[in-house]
Amino acid sequence: MNNHDSHITSYALNFKVLLVLLILTTITILVIKLHLGAFTVAMALTLASVKTAIVLTYFMHLKFENLILRLMVGGVFLLFAIIIVITFIDYYFR
Amino acid sequence: MSTTNHTAHSEYIDSDTGKMGMWLFLFTELFLFGGLFIVYAVMRSKYGEDFHHAATELNAFIGATNTVVLLVSSMTVAMSLTAIQKNQTGLAMGLIFITLLLAGVFMMNKYFEYGHKFELHLYPGSEVMHNLPHGEIMFFGLYFLMTGLHLFHVLVGGILLTIILLKIKSGKINQEHFLLHENGALYWHLVDLIWIFLFPLLYLIT
Repeated sequence: MNNHDSHITSYALNFKVLLVLLILTTITILVIKLHLGAFTVAMALTLASVKTAIVLTYFMHLKFENLILRLMVGGVFLLFAIIIVITFIDYYFR
Repeated sequence: MSTTNHTAHSEYIDSDTGKMGMWLFLFTELFLFGGLFIVYAVMRSKYGEDFHHAATELNAFIGATNTVVLLVSSMTVAMSLTAIQKNQTGLAMGLIFITLLLAGVFMMNKYFEYGHKFELHLYPGSEVMHNLPHGEIMFFGLYFLMTGLHLFHVLVGGILLTIILLKIKSGKINQEHFLLHENGALYWHLVDLIWIFLFPLLYLIT
């Protein structure tokens, strides 16, 4: 049986996730329009990261996937973060 | 009997592996766009003033509209997967059709947006662009490259979803076999994820 033990996400949960994402988008727009100075970019990126985490967890079903896949995704995002940090260390101190 | 069991078992393994293969592909996509985000970040810190000025040229309203369009389409494609798992074939096809319509709306908005930029002669290689400060040339270059590459992904996602729609219709994707549907949905969510970062970075932060 293909996909036999797949988790089925309910329609209601999908809709709730969309609502949360739309609320976060509205907050992003408001935060940036308020011009919080140096915090604006940091806030926008933090909110975008939260939205990414929600999409990965619910829409992309990571919450219901096996541990190996979850570790893989986590590891790759960690690798990406390390690359960004190293690039910036290189850029600022060269 | 034992042969049937064996076949069923290997198909199950295949489905799991197939999904992992899709994720590996998505990782390469992350680094494709991630590299561009790093270029954007470095250029922004180098040409803060120019980026600030150039970003005000972008239409934040169209950007916000497209954000909502993509978020809703992400939900409809996730729901279509729920529908196929519950054997509601008609509903699954309808939801994918709505997703395709939303992809169309996104591309139409992009057409008007790019069209306006071309009217102002703001495109790579134009006379007007040549006379802009270096940082602004950088901004518009990155804007066209990143949104263009993203738009290409929307187009590919649309083609993929169309194939899935046809396969549901012909019964090749059904309650038991929906790996392609799952992977197509994953791809569409990735398109959404990239836009979640593109929208604030290009359109909102000035």
